[in-house]
Amino acid sequence: MYRYDKYDHQIVGERVAQFRDQVRRRLSGELSEDEFRILRLQNGLYMQIHAYMLRIAVPYGLVSAAQMRMFAHIARKYDRDYGHFTTRQNIQYNWIKLEEVPDLMADLASVEMHGNQTSGNCIRNITSDEFAGVARDEIVDPRPYAEILRQWSTFHPEFAYLPRKFKIAITGATEDRAAIAVHDIGMAAVKNAQGEIGFRVLVGGGLGRTPIVGSEICDFVPWQHAITYLESIVRVYNEYGRRDNIYKARIKILVKALGIEEFKRQVEADWQFTKDGPCTITLAELNRVAACFTAPAYETLPLYDAAVSELQAENKAFANWCKRNVKPHKVSGYAAVMLSLKKTGTAPGDATAEQMDAAAELAERFSFGELRITHMQNLVLADVKQSDLIALWQAAKTLGMATPNIGLLTDIICCPGGDFCSLANARSIPLAKAIAERFDNIDFQHDIGEIELNMSGCMNACGHHHVGHIGILGVDKDGTEWNQVSIGGAQGNETSIGKVIGRAFTFAQIPEVVARLLQVYVRERFEDERFIDTVRRIGHDPFKEYVYATPVEEDEKLASADYALLTAGTPYDTPLYSPRF
Amino acid sequence: MMIIKNKTVMEDDWIVLRLSESDTPENVAIPSGKVIVPLKVWQAQRDTLQRRTDLGVWLASDQRAEDLQNDLEALSLIAVDFPKFADGRGYSIAYRLRARFGYHGELRAIGDVLRDQLFYMQRVGFNAFAPRPDKDIHDALKGLSDFSLSYQASADEALPLFRRVQRGSGP
Ligand code: SF4
Repeated sequence: MYRYDKYDHQIVGERVAQFRDQVRRRLSGELSEDEFRILRLQNGLYMQIHAYMLRIAVPYGLVSAAQMRMFAHIARKYDRDYGHFTTRQNIQYNWIKLEEVPDLMADLASVEMHGNQTSGNCIRNITSDEFAGVARDEIVDPRPYAEILRQWSTFHPEFAYLPRKFKIAITGATEDRAAIAVHDIGMAAVKNAQGEIGFRVLVGGGLGRTPIVGSEICDFVPWQHAITYLESIVRVYNEYGRRDNIYKARIKILVKALGIEEFKRQVEADWQFTKDGPCTITLAELNRVAACFTAPAYETLPLYDAAVSELQAENKAFANWCKRNVKPHKVSGYAAVMLSLKKTGTAPGDATAEQMDAAAELAERFSFGELRITHMQNLVLADVKQSDLIALWQAAKTLGMATPNIGLLTDIICCPGGDFCSLANARSIPLAKAIAERFDNIDFQHDIGEIELNMSGCMNACGHHHVGHIGILGVDKDGTEWNQVSIGGAQGNETSIGKVIGRAFTFAQIPEVVARLLQVYVRERFEDERFIDTVRRIGHDPFKEYVYATPVEEDEKLASADYALLTAGTPYDTPLYSPRF
Repeated sequence: MMIIKNKTVMEDDWIVLRLSESDTPENVAIPSGKVIVPLKVWQAQRDTLQRRTDLGVWLASDQRAEDLQNDLEALSLIAVDFPKFADGRGYSIAYRLRARFGYHGELRAIGDVLRDQLFYMQRVGFNAFAPRPDKDIHDALKGLSDFSLSYQASADEALPLFRRVQRGSGP
């Protein structure tokens, strides 16, 4: 992975000092909260319901074992023994004290990490394919480019106060696992007929209040021009993006208003001034960065391990795990292994300090000391020997990270929602728990097959509900929490935005609604057809009709209030039902 | 009033003219002395104004650097107004004036100008700052030295870091 040189260390170190001074001035009253708010956001620090929340950047989702141990250390020293992995491949903590943040940042800097630009109206942490470098369908390893762009976007003086946040994702594989079509800029590394590397660039995608699939602005930007081309896109956005209405301030609204052709014309008119100029990426710089992402010392191994095949035949739990959590690897005898953070009863994407330490150890034992965080909120050990799979499975099981549910119903993408987030309309984590409990039976999940259930507690769509095969969105009706259900969304190569099936449901109705959607699927599916393919083939109506045909009963257990919590002054008049509270 | 110019706190006698509701760009009277007039006034009264030797023009954040592209020689000073410090358009305006149009004169940030934005402002080409009057200007001055190096090129630095220094591989 990328290692800081003295310049990276210096820049991050100066940032820690800068923020330490800003915190000091806030605490002494020299800075008003209004002035400080934007500064702290650019350091990843939010104010949430209970406390400050700190988001730490994990560039393109890649961490070393030492960095993972630092996450555990932070969870113990500055938080409540756990952290939450997010859909932007980052980690966030919920119980942070402002006066401790400077020391926390210094701890992070010691392992080449920070919270910079994980929030605020600036270019955010760049995300990528969790299987970068090991995927069989990879055309180009996107990580060196992601790192070069990370450095370009870090403290970019012109783009710290954009109209709104700005998210970039990069993939280098045939299958898009980085959701590039729903980013402000999505980049797919490709090769042209001459074998030269460049990027197909999409712009103006995004979720939130107005979900839009990105439009192609250029089918091939040679890699040397990645910085200058992106800079022109962001410059035009900075100058012309709307600032009068926060809901219309994302680049997607500008691209839509101008039309992609006119937007492209403006971008490329600006680009003419910098194209081939000093910001053109040099081969020397590419090589320097790419040298950090060379393949580890793989052994020459047979494609399969006999003991693994044997155990698969006799142990169904292991077979299930191999089927769902073990992913193909480009090198013979190796696999990428997903550690599931979606065990029923836990908050999706959460890991305890103990689990983080243990995951770091597993990475050292089995995967060259590195891990990846996925935008689906799980962990990956990307370079595991087939012959280590049994030992790894056993270790992961004892840690509660071997649930064989990757890509299945309970592998729910879920935002923090009403348990933590001050913008929430509804509680996502408790609802994810309720759904996981209802469909916990692993045979049932394997029978249903691949399905993505995504949940967001509000329109901001941190839980990517628009692109869930089933999407659940928290909505507010006269101060009470409701949930809107959509189907037909998808991420990846065939990105689509889900359509709402009808009027919203209460918290306690949702598990039954999901059950009914699945019943229609089971009734209608053709052989191995996935849920999403059935929806595409038969349309929404059969699902809608069946769900609303008879009144949806509330689940009694979910509907009865937890009075102890209510008297403790929780913000909701319904039970919390949370693994966290 | 005091401003920061070329990294020094100094006395300054430029006056920023802002139109009141009853003023129009055509009829507003321009005081004598060093005055920074709004772009609209400059455009409306250019014939008389361009005879003055000590004239500055300020751009609002929704105006464009291009609007002054042909006037750069005539002006002693250009200012860019930040209506709120979080309005980042002024950064691109400054960048364009310097990097695209080669403006070499004084470029001043006015309006909601605060210490914690000065470093970036300096990078995109501002060399003078009129910090909000309720703030300590000597404190604001410190904002110019928050960082000693940067990754990207901008108006202050033609080369990105990877062309400026020999970068290492690892610590
Ligand atoms: S989707 Fe809404 S509720 Fe969920 S984390 Fe984002 S802002 Fe908060």
